[in-house]
Parts: sequence; structure tokens; C-alpha cells
Amino acid sequence: MSIDRDTARKVAHLARIRVEEGDLDALASEFNTILGFIEQLQEVDVEGVEPMVSVTPMRLKRREDVVTDGNQQARVLANAPDAREGFFAVPKVVE
Amino acid sequence: MSDLPKLTIAAARDALRKGEVTSVELTEACLAAIDGAEALGAFVHRTPELALERARAADERLKAGGAPDLCGIPLGIKDLFCTEGVPSQAASRILEGFRPEYESTVTAQLRDAGAVMLGKLNMDEFAMGSSNETSVYGPVVNPWKVDDRQLTPGGSSGGSAAAVAADLCLGATGTDTGGSIRQPAAFTGIAGLKPTYGRCSRWGIVAFASSLDQAGPMAKDVRDCAILLKAMAGHDPKDSTSADLPVPDFEAALTGDIRGKTIGIPREYRMDGMPEEIEALWAEGRQMLEDAGARIVDISLPHTKYALPTYYVIAPAEASSNLARYDGVRYGHRAKLAQGDGIVDMYEKTRAEGFGAEVKRRVMVGTYVLSAGFYDAYYNRARKVRALIKKDFDDAFAEGVDAILTPATPSAAFGLGEMAEADPVQMYLNDVFTVTVNLAGLPGISVPAGVDRAGLPLGLQLIGRPWEEADLLSTAYALERAAGFVSKPRKWW
Repeated sequence: MSIDRDTARKVAHLARIRVEEGDLDALASEFNTILGFIEQLQEVDVEGVEPMVSVTPMRLKRREDVVTDGNQQARVLANAPDAREGFFAVPKVVE
Repeated sequence: MSDLPKLTIAAARDALRKGEVTSVELTEACLAAIDGAEALGAFVHRTPELALERARAADERLKAGGAPDLCGIPLGIKDLFCTEGVPSQAASRILEGFRPEYESTVTAQLRDAGAVMLGKLNMDEFAMGSSNETSVYGPVVNPWKVDDRQLTPGGSSGGSAAAVAADLCLGATGTDTGGSIRQPAAFTGIAGLKPTYGRCSRWGIVAFASSLDQAGPMAKDVRDCAILLKAMAGHDPKDSTSADLPVPDFEAALTGDIRGKTIGIPREYRMDGMPEEIEALWAEGRQMLEDAGARIVDISLPHTKYALPTYYVIAPAEASSNLARYDGVRYGHRAKLAQGDGIVDMYEKTRAEGFGAEVKRRVMVGTYVLSAGFYDAYYNRARKVRALIKKDFDDAFAEGVDAILTPATPSAAFGLGEMAEADPVQMYLNDVFTVTVNLAGLPGISVPAGVDRAGLPLGLQLIGRPWEEADLLSTAYALERAAGFVSKPRKWW
């Protein structure tokens, strides 16, 4: 499996990371190095093996579905690059 | 320069109780040492006022009696831990200016035990790296130096390792996703423990790969690791993967008596091209444990060679999900937008500016292995191989092995910049001996055990059974005593 510049462009977009056209070939080449390394996994016999979901056999804790926290709008917004009138502000989303 | 920062945590604890020193004196001495160590780049956000305030409170508490072990002990905190009101940016540009409104559970427990935070420690960006060179703050320099070169302290907890080795603080927190506590500990001649997955709460620690990340102590010796771990560990309702198990008194378990214990030596850890010195150190470690009364057995962990490729599917996959939150909306950096830019432009520009090259690479690799059509071939297959890697360990433990001895790293510390031209996979090989432990969720500790020909420290790793850190620490204590490693870096900074 070899990654070309179109795939690199597509992956960058999926990851929402802007990559300039001029940098796509280098990116594709790095992907290929890393994927070449990962490719070794294809030689392992995994027949009948379940994919791991939890590294330690534990039952996740349950708790009552009740509000435990809240009423701190100002603190939630304190680190926002742009907060207005109690909301996070972003560029226009709908036309 | 005062000798106080050279104290171990155990020695300082005793001196504080005897009234030979105060926490304020200890803290002032550490702050002075930090001010004199700019050249190391270990501390990136200093909190002297907060530190002295906590030191004064600790002195009061000590006077009243019954204070916990860590009361009044000055520590450094890795920048990956969120600390209330104090910059916490995971060494990334994308979290520039971020001051959390909350405290991570681990640092809150340390604070409540009376520990004094001196400031935040440098690291690789989002804990992705093995040399501390991916940090937005610039690299940390290893206090160990044998020629003109500046050496890496390792990564990602490089600031923690350098600060402890250079006696800028008495101990530090680290985190370990693939070796990020143990490799820098080995490169700087200190002790570093990655606990069992779930032993410490991950709440409030900036997430890299959630199924692998674990916080742990980095300290001057094994005893100090035991003291720190006791305060850091425990169940937290805010992290459903933190184990609801009692936290033992790890220090009380340090007997160093390993007579009758079985130590496994895994043959697959003998790598082609491994330096002779590493091989020799490993053999010496084996001999030391045998002389201390342990039974040594050769074991096989057949899937070892697939650990790194497995890790480089699973860790980037989880990172791509975890780092999706850095979108320029809720915290941290937002790119300047051009007229007419929409929200997708904002995401893409913000993330392009905010993430460094290695982080971008891993996020995109993770995105790729999770994308439609490749999920089964890469991600699911890696999870299956991970199950096999864990089974290798389960089988060894089922046969009666109590702990496994391996080298901690494939080399001593290398020079900063020396890997710049290498492809990314070459850097990944640093974690070849440590990464299996994260994949299997086990506890592992790096113990300084010797020096190479040039005089640089080398570490040995011990791997234990899940939840048996107390036993592991006791074995590590026996190894530490037998190795008798006392070298310190010569002060040049």
C-alpha cells in the first residue's frame, strides 16, 4: 500500500490540518515510511484472536445518572479565544 | 549553592520532622537551583510565589504533627498535568495561554498531601517524542555531559528527568505512554516507575493515547518512587478506568529480600546490533539478582518484535481522536482568519499553526488507520496483536515468573540534533524495550545500574505483575542496592 499526494491531501483534510500543496509529497513519503514499518503486522497470525478492548479486565464503575457539577459558565468560557454573551463564538457556520 | 536540593525525599521528610530544616528553606534552595539552571531548559513555568505559600502552610502542618510523608517536599510537575491557574500547555503552541480552571487528580492529591509545586516541567509536545526535541519551548539539555555535545535527557518526560538528576527538585511527576518515564530516567541516572494501567487517575492529564497513558513518579531512588506513588495512586470517580483497589504502603514493602523470587529474562529482548555495553549491563543485572537469592529463568515473549508497529497504530489512532478537541474554539490558540474564511478554514489553519511536525504526523497517521477501508487492516489488526502481546506476559506470569528483567533503552543518551536527519521510525526505536509494558498495561520501573564507556548512565528495567507495584519496587530496591549506582552529573550549567 503506497500513499500518493492525493491520499495525503485527503488525510490532512480529514484530520483538519492545513497542508500546503508544496508539502504534500514530503508528507506522503513520511506516511509511506511509517506505514511500511506498520506493515509487519500483516505477518502475525491473528486467526481467532479478539481485538483488545480493555487492557485490564475490569468492569467500569456505574453511578447514578444525576447532575454532579455545573453552574460555572464563566469558568467554562474563561479560556476561549473568543467568547461573547455567554457563548463560544466561531465564524459563520450556515449560509 | 545549597546542598538541600540534593536530598532524597525520604531524607528531607526525616529532616523536616526533626526540625533540622523547614519546607521554606528547602523550597528556597530549590528555587535558587532552578534559577541557576536556565541552560538546562527543564522548568518552563515557574511558580515561586505559590511554592513559598504552600511551603509556609506545610511548615505549619508539620509543626502540628501527623503530616503526610510528602508534606513540605518540593516537586516539579510535568506540563502535561493541568494545574489550576498555572499555565498547562503540554509543550504545545496550540495550548498557549491556557490556564486550567481545575487541578488534575494526581496533582490535587500531591497538593493535598502537602507537597510544594515549584513549577511546570518541559516535555515533548503532547508527550510525543523520545528526545524532548518536539517541545514548543525548545529541548531540555541532559545534565550529564561527557564531551562538547549537548545530550538529550530523553522524552517525553525529559524536563522531569533533567530536573531530578540536576537536583533542581526532590522528585517529579512524569507520564508514560510508550516509555516516557522509563527512557528519560535511564538517560539521566534516576529511577522512574510506570504503574499498572489504572493505578493513577488520568483525570486532568492532557490525553495522548488513553488506553496507554499512565502517570508515575520520577525520583532520585526507588524508595522515593515508592513514597511518591502512594500519594499519586488511587481510585478516582472522575476516571472510570482508575482501579478501585486499595493503595498499599509501597515504602513499607521495600524489604529488598528477593530470595526465592523468579526473575524472567526474555530472549526476544536481545536485539541485533545492540551495543555490547547494554548486553553486558543486562548480564550483570541478572547476576546481581541471582546473587541476591532470586531464581533466574530464560523466558520467551514471542510477539515482542511486533510491539512497536502495534504501538504506532494504536497510539496515533487514539491521539487523532483525543487531539480533535484542539479546534480553536474552547481554549488555546486560534489562527487569524482571512476575510470570508469559514469554520473549516479556522480548524485547519488553527491546527496547522498550533501543532508541531511530529504531532501532525501522528494525528494524520491515526486518522489514516481509522479511516474507512483501513480500519480492519490496521487498527483492528493492531488490537488483536496487542492481545497477543499481553498474552505473552500472562503466560510468563502463569508459569511463576515474578518479574522480568530487560535493558531500559537500546543506548545511552544521544546528542541533541543527532536524529534530525533520521526518518521518524529511527526515533521510535528508542522505546523498543519499554513499549510492550504499556501495551500489556503492566507496571515497569527503570533503575540506574551502571555507566557506559563514556561515563553516561544506563538503566535496567524490571517489569512486574499487574497491581503488584509493591513487589516490583522491592525487587527494584534489591537491584538498586546491588548496583550501587551513585554517580552524579558534574555541574556545568
